[in-house]
Amino acid sequence: MSHKQVVMAGTDTRDLTKLAEYEAVGGYASLAKARTLGPEQITNELMASELRGRGGAFFPTGRKWSFVPSPEQNPNPHYLVINADESEPGSFKDNEIISRVPHRFIEGCLITAHAVLAKHVYVYIRGEYLGPYEILVAALEELKQRPDLRGDVTIVVHRGAGAYICGEETALLDSLEGKRGQPRTKPPFPAIAGLYASPTVVNNVETIATVPAIVEMGGAEYAKLGVPNSRGTRLISVSGHVERGGNYEVEPGISLKDLIFAPELGGGVPGGRAVKAVIPGGSSTVILTGDELDVGYDFDSLLAKNTAMGSAGVIVLDERVCMVQLGIRVSEFYEHESCGKCTPCREGTRWMTQILRKLEAGEATERELDLLLSVCDRINGKCLCPLGDTAAMAIASYVAKFRDEFVAHLDGGACPCGDHSPLDGVLAPVAQHIHDHASELVPA
Amino acid sequence: MGVALFEKIQEIRAIYPEGTQSALLPALRLAQEEYGWLSPDALREVADALDVTPAVCKSVASFYDQFHLEPVGEHLVEVCTNVSCALYGAQQVLEAFQDELGCRAGETSDDGKVTLSTIECLGGCGWGTIVAVDHHYRTGVKPEDAAAIVKELS
Repeated sequence: MSHKQVVMAGTDTRDLTKLAEYEAVGGYASLAKARTLGPEQITNELMASELRGRGGAFFPTGRKWSFVPSPEQNPNPHYLVINADESEPGSFKDNEIISRVPHRFIEGCLITAHAVLAKHVYVYIRGEYLGPYEILVAALEELKQRPDLRGDVTIVVHRGAGAYICGEETALLDSLEGKRGQPRTKPPFPAIAGLYASPTVVNNVETIATVPAIVEMGGAEYAKLGVPNSRGTRLISVSGHVERGGNYEVEPGISLKDLIFAPELGGGVPGGRAVKAVIPGGSSTVILTGDELDVGYDFDSLLAKNTAMGSAGVIVLDERVCMVQLGIRVSEFYEHESCGKCTPCREGTRWMTQILRKLEAGEATERELDLLLSVCDRINGKCLCPLGDTAAMAIASYVAKFRDEFVAHLDGGACPCGDHSPLDGVLAPVAQHIHDHASELVPA
Repeated sequence: MGVALFEKIQEIRAIYPEGTQSALLPALRLAQEEYGWLSPDALREVADALDVTPAVCKSVASFYDQFHLEPVGEHLVEVCTNVSCALYGAQQVLEAFQDELGCRAGETSDDGKVTLSTIECLGGCGWGTIVAVDHHYRTGVKPEDAAAIVKELS
């Protein structure tokens, strides 16, 4: 089965990191076309395309652009900020987009800058992405020789320094302003008061890399791809227990089962093992069991299962994986990455980890399993940003869908997975400085 | 050395609008590249170059995992142990590095050459286990690869 490529089009046969190669496949033609159109016309095309943000929040991109005030309403400079802080466990698509089609991404930046009246573009790229950063900087170097393309727009690549929370757009803006990356209270939203308190559009890498194709084919044509509420194509990151981990560009609506088993996609589970569970959209999403794979991989179908595409990171877990250990590892991640601003998230994620550790050690009672769910409930919906919410919802979903397995760990019970779980004893960064004191973390 | 760093920070500062603090993260990165870690003296240098207080520098630096407020080895080996990499066997990769280096995660080898640590998701989940060696990703790393990687660094 072949799949329509939009963002990665042309990469099968050419090295599109080079400007000349990219232009040879029609690159930067959309930019030229866009400059013959008014900003409003481009935004209208985006509205017609029904493109929704690829970072995970699914906000309609054209609508976001339309919120930016006119210079008469707000004389401050407008900024375009690209969120390249991809840090969601399971997602690695923006890594590949920047690494393989940097010019398509840059073209998207320049078109968007034109549409939202911005002369300054900041690409906030996570500090760990040194490889993609170097490729992007090299592509921008090539662009320096081409004022015809660049116009009067400056693009600054700004490196983060290791903080998951900076993928949250207002935390990103604070970080870009040289502060600790903690989310802001909203409103005001960035479109009104974003970077340096000026009108700012924040978009994800994949969203921006899709813009040239929409300008080229027209919004209505793009909206014919995919399914309602999930138009176009998406790069889906498939990882974990699959034969062929990687990013696959497909039209939403494809079944999750195909994503995992189709020979040109995930290629099935190694050793012919059964799928026990799938994290569908990065570790912040509600888990699906192996019996729930006959679901369309799109916004509406996953919503009907109370979960989400998120940032499209599909993690496949085979039958050997202990769900309590998965809970520990995921909870430790959010504990480590909680920015500390809101108490329910800062303290709650720590409590989740501690109770899960006690459960795993066979030292917890049923009351503590209830306490775990109570802690989740006390985080959810009580913080400034979704970090705590999603951590709590993810963990609660493991308990809800694999309750028997959690119960089996209670009161001296042993793990039904025995010693075969691949997540057994995995050392998370949050625990690495306390090797000998792990047991002390467990509350008495 | 101090003068060169000061000048480089001014260059970065000029990229961002006047009166903003946006050059702070890049400046901290530069100082760390210069000295290996962000000592109190290094933080003071950055502070002077950007007209902020050393406390501002420390409060910001301490928020981000990539900034070292304690000395580290000449080289960094960071093993991703987040879910996907862990499913491929990241823990065994980590243990192989511990054996090769004779130190545990979060520590530096006795000769001061290599700091080993675990790290949260590096964004290469389909190609794990990911190990960042001096920030350059190695993909599909297996426990048996640890010896050769450590040898490269010695």
